[in-house]
Amino acid sequence: MYTLIERFLPAASTYAHDIDGVIALVAIIVGFWGVLAEVILIGLVVAFREKPGVKAQYITGEQKSEMKWIAYPHHLVLLCDVLVIVAAVRVWYNVKQDLPPPDTTVRVIAQQWAWTFVHPGADNKLDTADDIAVNDELRLEVNRTYHYKLESRDVLHSFSIPVFRLKQDAIPGRVITGWFEPTKTGTYDIQCTEMCGIGHGLMPARVVIESADGHAAWIRSHRPDASLAAVK
Amino acid sequence: MRPIATTRSATGIPTGRLAVWWVIASEIVIFGGLLASYLMHRLGHPEFAGPDFAGATTTWIGATNTFVLLTSSLFAVKAHDAAQKGNGPRAANFLWCTFGGGAMFLCIKAMEWTQEISHGYVITKNAFWSFYYVAAGIHASHVIGGMVIMAILSSDVRNNRELQRVELIGNYWHFVDLIWIFLFPLLYIAK
Amino acid sequence: MATPIHEHHGEGDHGAHAHDDHHHDPGFVQKYLWSTDHKMIAMQYLFTGMFMAIIGGYMAYVFRVHLAYPGVHVPGFGQVNPAEYNSLVTNHGTIMIFWVAMPVLIAALGNYLIPLMIGCDDMVFPRLNRLSYQIFLLSAIVLIAGFFVEGGAFGGAWTSYPPLSAKAQYNNTPLGAPIWLVAVALEFIAFLLGGINFVTTAMNSRAPGMKMFDMPIVIWMIVIASILFMASVGPLFAGAIMLFFDQTVGTGFFDPNKGGDPILWQHLFWFFGHPEVYVVLLPALGVVAEVITTFSRKKLFGYRTVLFTSFATGLLSFFVWAHHQFIAGIDPRMANVFTVTTVLISVPIAEMMFVYIATLYGGSIRLTTPMLWALSFLVAFLIGGVTGIFLGASGADIYFHDTYFVLAHFHYTFVPIAILAVFCAVTYWYPKMFGRMMNETLGKIHFWLTFVPFNGIFIPLFILGLGGQHRRIWSYENFPELSRPEYYSLRHFASISLIIMLVSQLIFIFNFFWSLKAGKVAGKNPWRANTLEWTADSPPPHGNWKELPTCYRGPYEYSVPGRESDYWPQDEKS
Repeated sequence: MYTLIERFLPAASTYAHDIDGVIALVAIIVGFWGVLAEVILIGLVVAFREKPGVKAQYITGEQKSEMKWIAYPHHLVLLCDVLVIVAAVRVWYNVKQDLPPPDTTVRVIAQQWAWTFVHPGADNKLDTADDIAVNDELRLEVNRTYHYKLESRDVLHSFSIPVFRLKQDAIPGRVITGWFEPTKTGTYDIQCTEMCGIGHGLMPARVVIESADGHAAWIRSHRPDASLAAVK
Repeated sequence: MRPIATTRSATGIPTGRLAVWWVIASEIVIFGGLLASYLMHRLGHPEFAGPDFAGATTTWIGATNTFVLLTSSLFAVKAHDAAQKGNGPRAANFLWCTFGGGAMFLCIKAMEWTQEISHGYVITKNAFWSFYYVAAGIHASHVIGGMVIMAILSSDVRNNRELQRVELIGNYWHFVDLIWIFLFPLLYIAK
Repeated sequence: MATPIHEHHGEGDHGAHAHDDHHHDPGFVQKYLWSTDHKMIAMQYLFTGMFMAIIGGYMAYVFRVHLAYPGVHVPGFGQVNPAEYNSLVTNHGTIMIFWVAMPVLIAALGNYLIPLMIGCDDMVFPRLNRLSYQIFLLSAIVLIAGFFVEGGAFGGAWTSYPPLSAKAQYNNTPLGAPIWLVAVALEFIAFLLGGINFVTTAMNSRAPGMKMFDMPIVIWMIVIASILFMASVGPLFAGAIMLFFDQTVGTGFFDPNKGGDPILWQHLFWFFGHPEVYVVLLPALGVVAEVITTFSRKKLFGYRTVLFTSFATGLLSFFVWAHHQFIAGIDPRMANVFTVTTVLISVPIAEMMFVYIATLYGGSIRLTTPMLWALSFLVAFLIGGVTGIFLGASGADIYFHDTYFVLAHFHYTFVPIAILAVFCAVTYWYPKMFGRMMNETLGKIHFWLTFVPFNGIFIPLFILGLGGQHRRIWSYENFPELSRPEYYSLRHFASISLIIMLVSQLIFIFNFFWSLKAGKVAGKNPWRANTLEWTADSPPPHGNWKELPTCYRGPYEYSVPGRESDYWPQDEKS
């Protein structure tokens, strides 16, 4: 159960497992209620099919003895809801509200229909001469805490990395900050997950996560780009 | 030829009155949404109070229009009064006075907007002016609608028919007035 | 000569006789196109809705075949390019919600059933009723016109978020976008006007002796739905006017470059959007209540409980809207508030489900075609409902937002509402509407060939959503994680299931039209049900009854102990 999503995609960030955990908890709870309700529903239909000579019962559902059959499950559902809420809020707080201090910050710029990822270069500072801007490829170092600064040049887009379980809409006119820490090396999908026009499905990107050495080598292989000014 | 359904009143409230309350309720939600959106913008943009924005509206014109609408509502009340007493012709006359108040409101507004547009305060000038024209414009369209209904009703009313409708159009007119009472401070006073 | 004014009487109005109109034969136009009779207007809404369902279903066929076999020439359409894909998915959703679910469940059923079930001769304002339909028809024509203008139909999703929807330079549909918006606005006006009749008639025109708590649940549900609609659509209507000005005049209500805010639209949209799902859910639940009581010969378990949970759901539905916007860029602290309200709204709905299931206990259940549809509604809606919890839990929604998991969730709620409950209603009230019985065998075949493939479409889509497949994407070929062969197998399975489901609807269409002439004559009350519509002729004449009925009891007095008969019509004195 814990690996419900991992059956499809690896969990490649520190909070991916937390999100998968909430999903698993909900799956267990709603699985229980869903199966129970369906079994009872179908069971009652089978048990009470019309039989010759047998009349139906007259039950108003307004007697206490009858209503308790609804009241007890009702209260149990409420309890389950509280469990779900607590689990969800905790994870939400960690992912969206409580940003850990960053080791590195990257800028993510969405537009119709491409991504631009601005990496800070060897000085680890954005908006300096050695920034590295790449279209449609985000390069990261594993086990490093990143902040991303998300922008849009035109319409709403959304920055989504399924293996991180990360998603955040990009709004023109605003810069939105979020965080992640990759825990696995590899190359994975980046999606735009907000309808942005004809090319919405035609702006795929990839995230390349490397070891510290590999990532450092990549930075070294890039010279400062004078055309960077145009990117900002 | 009216169905029996129209004449029944299991709640004790006449069907016409229920219908008008429903219309008013839905309009309150529409205007409520519009005004809430305006308020959110206003709170997020303190510059809206400034000279290029709300500062450029002419408060005394807005105040005059407020007075005109309130007076027209008074005429609507007098029309209802006459209708209750069964005096159709008198009620119809007061309905036309209400109509006249609406017409005056629209004339003043037309002159006001002409002046503002000629000074460059058009709907696309900035977000304040967008709201200004849209909100006041939708309101004005409701004034026109009310006037049209009053004109249509007046012939029946003059002949002592359907007198209960005078109260109903009066309720609608008071609502239109009420919306203006909200618009006036938001667009003309808060600067 | 003055038209006599009927004074307002309560009980014992001298109008116990139906209005004795001049019985001249109306011409074709008067009878079918210009009628003010609530039953004819109901038919107009029903047939328009069913026609639009065919269009919406065709769109689903096209994009689902394309998704299963990218690049294929779709029979009956051609190759699907990205712009067309976006227009298809946008209008499929828009049509199914606004031009199928709402007109059939609220306008058609409300118009048909309210006067008949409360025992009066028509709606309170028949000419307004006719006008509502005409505006609705106009809205449908305007929407379809969008497909024939230069640039094509709007393709910015049924949610129409600006800035994409506000500027033609972004959406490439300079005419299609405002046309779509005007169509939706007209539809809103039609339903606001329609609501006047539904609420006023149900409140005021009840038969003598029918207290509010003697009304059948489906009537309550349509009334509550009308109120919910009216109370939630206003801000969106205002927003639509603002968006229209952004599109056509260049204002900047939603343009950050002009001091506007795109997120404002989202709030206005979803403040309506969430109550809207209950606007369509409640009437569907009402239909199911009528059918399960009739075919289990049992009183509804806890009539008042059903009412109070409906009120609670309706009220709570105004406080959950931003769960559609968790990751939209709203203040993250707000998300916590909305996750609390959203998860909690499952409580009254769960209670309603329990109460419906409890109604079956101790019953004498007959699995007629309408009953199969009603039970399938409960089976499928349970799945739809529980999968919503994944989305209401903010932490989980980070992963699921804008994936096919959302899509499968809302199809497991919307298909029961717009399809299963609609077939339930049509097969149940067909004998009353047309005086004939539909063929039971064909009905049952149609049922299974619809319900089973429906699951075959959306269970694969749940799985694809778990795998991270995102929505509104013309092709997954560019996404290695989503191009695995297993995923294509799932897409094939879903698309083939859809084709089976769509083809099976021919059985229904055949049964519907064939039974009009060749079905067994129905008589007044073939189902031996209690509610007042079953005391009128099948089909009821203009005015419904020669003498309007009086009501003596509630609608669900089935299997009352000590009585010979297992049903007790509301209008029977003892």
